[in-house]
Amino acid sequence: MSDKTLEIRNLHARIVDGDTILKGVDLVVPRGEVHALMGPNGSGKSTLAKIIAGDPQYEVTEGDIVLEGQSILEMEPDERAREGLYLAFQYPVEVPGVSIANFLRLALNARREEGDEIGVMEFYQKLQSAVKNLNWDDSIIERNLHEGFSGGEKKRSEILQLLVLEPRYAILDETDSGLDVDALKVVSQGVNAARGPEFGALVITHYQRLLNYIVPDKVHVMVDGRVVRTGPKELAMELDQKGYEFIREAAHA
Amino acid sequence: MSDVNELHPDAAKLEGMRHTEQYDFKLAEDYFFKSERGLSRRVIEQISYYKGEPQWMLDFRLRAFEIAEKKGRPKWGPNLDDLNFDEIFFYVRPTEQQQTAGSWDDIPEEVRRTYERLGVPQAEQRALAGVGAQYESEMVYHKLKEEWEKLGVIFLDTDTGLKEHPEIFREHFATVVPPEDNYFAAVNSAVWSGGSFVYVPEGVHVDVPLQAYFLLNAQNIGQFERTLIIGAPGSKFHYIEGCTAPAYTTNSFHSGVIEIVCQEGSDVRYSTIQNWSHNVYNLVTQRAIVEKDASMGWLDGNLGSKVTMKYPSTYLVGERAHGEILSIAFATDGQHQDAGAKVIHAAPHTTSSVVSKSISKTGGRSSYRGLVQIHEGATGARSNVECDALLLDETARTDTFPYIEINEKTAHVGHEATVSKLDDEQIFYLMTRGLGEEEAMALIVRGFLDPVAKELPLEYAVELNRLIELEMEGSVG
Repeated sequence: MSDKTLEIRNLHARIVDGDTILKGVDLVVPRGEVHALMGPNGSGKSTLAKIIAGDPQYEVTEGDIVLEGQSILEMEPDERAREGLYLAFQYPVEVPGVSIANFLRLALNARREEGDEIGVMEFYQKLQSAVKNLNWDDSIIERNLHEGFSGGEKKRSEILQLLVLEPRYAILDETDSGLDVDALKVVSQGVNAARGPEFGALVITHYQRLLNYIVPDKVHVMVDGRVVRTGPKELAMELDQKGYEFIREAAHA
Repeated sequence: MSDVNELHPDAAKLEGMRHTEQYDFKLAEDYFFKSERGLSRRVIEQISYYKGEPQWMLDFRLRAFEIAEKKGRPKWGPNLDDLNFDEIFFYVRPTEQQQTAGSWDDIPEEVRRTYERLGVPQAEQRALAGVGAQYESEMVYHKLKEEWEKLGVIFLDTDTGLKEHPEIFREHFATVVPPEDNYFAAVNSAVWSGGSFVYVPEGVHVDVPLQAYFLLNAQNIGQFERTLIIGAPGSKFHYIEGCTAPAYTTNSFHSGVIEIVCQEGSDVRYSTIQNWSHNVYNLVTQRAIVEKDASMGWLDGNLGSKVTMKYPSTYLVGERAHGEILSIAFATDGQHQDAGAKVIHAAPHTTSSVVSKSISKTGGRSSYRGLVQIHEGATGARSNVECDALLLDETARTDTFPYIEINEKTAHVGHEATVSKLDDEQIFYLMTRGLGEEEAMALIVRGFLDPVAKELPLEYAVELNRLIELEMEGSVG
């Protein structure tokens, strides 16, 4: 296998001094592919997303996370981000008084060497083209980060940031939850715009619905802290029809 | 006046100098004069004599001294036990004051490093540190001064104001903050020196802010500065004092009085950001009287000093007068910022708004102390107070002491206070976007201050941001 992957190896993890949530996750997302991660509530999907991003609330007890041949377990969340990892949060926080434009410029420059900061024109072009991709109004960039945003607007902001920051790998944690069909289409349009040979993604979702718009190369199913099944995109349809029970039964058989 | 030789051992020399002063400015510049330590009648007489003041000012000073003696120090607020008057020089001739630090090499390494990190130009650094004058800004100042003079605007240091404009001066001086007001105002009244004197004539709008900064080379800075600002009817201007870069001083006690008169229909703004070195007790009385249809805005930033007690006050005495107070405090490393605001509504349909933002970290303590008073008969008065405190770690502390006295049934008063801690989820979120932990914290702090910072002139806002970044360094264990 080539080095151009995000690989989760036998990952065990728990809440710091608390319950064990991941019990040996194995998963490979090659750059250039979009994979879906599905599973019932409480199976550990969101925990996996946060652990990949480096959330200090959790501790890894066994296994490894390898980004293009390099273990990132010991890295701080910002180092992981600078290595090209991105997490679209299920519940993005509000940061009052910080405009989207200022914030994204800082975030972009954090990835660059000192003295090589992005030019103002180049930055605004990039930002405006991302805003356009999401059928958003230009004025959004002057609003404070998620302050007074609706749930749907927050999700859209997560994809806006993805388009501007251009990570190599993105994890989308239930970006579809709470979205109506129109918002879902817009968000999917954004993700599809990011797709290409240099971009890999793990799309976490409960429902097959999202996968009508973001068609995955593979589908993984997680139950009780493990990936129990991996298959082609049709697996999502099957899950939708039969529910998670048949997988659960198979997993325990 | 008593015999010259009684006043000061160098009095004879002083006397000689006062004569030469008119002819030989340079000699005067080089002359060294410092009062003896401590506060006494004798010291006050020395000061007044040295300055060649009119008798009424000497009488005023002595009366103020008696009031201070009678009043004694406040029994509330921060601990002032370490503040020993017997060790303090109550008057240092301004040129020496600028050079109290002696030479550049005497400035503490820490202060010099901060200047470098802030990118403050060398000439400016020296002025801030009190070891040099600011020649570049003086050029700008002279050009502006010509324009202001054409408009009839007076912008001088206070001592010169007293000499050159005695009528306007005497009419307003100590009318806003009388020595009876509080102990530190009385002390200031007794020993005041320096400060700015501003008079903007009727109907005149000044577009460029009047910056005390420009007077840095003149007799403006002082431990006991006394600023008197008068906005004649319909005038409009912005006065700015201080700057965000740390001001180093060997004087451990700073107690200014700022008096502002906003006459009918005028619109006056006063902005100050102080960043004294952490050995300073900064106890300042700032007050404005706002007449009918006039508007007064305070922007008060407290970043430095060891202990601050500062509560910009606004007396709304005419119908429809409006007052605004924006306050920022940053307390770290054992600093105590006791800041706030006072608004007195004494006329119908007066309005006011107070926004206070404080940040405390590593053992710092910030207090909001505020008073909103609505007099009977101030019908339809409205006031809104919002104070938000942000705590960056477990060792920081914040308190809120809001006093509200309403004696008018038709008044509306709103008060909102929040205390928040730095949120781990916010930090994690920002870090997943590539920002380092300190950078993430600094961004949250800047966002918290944003509603106030955006009222600042741009260059101040930029400096404030850089300063917060510096303050945040080393916050991550």
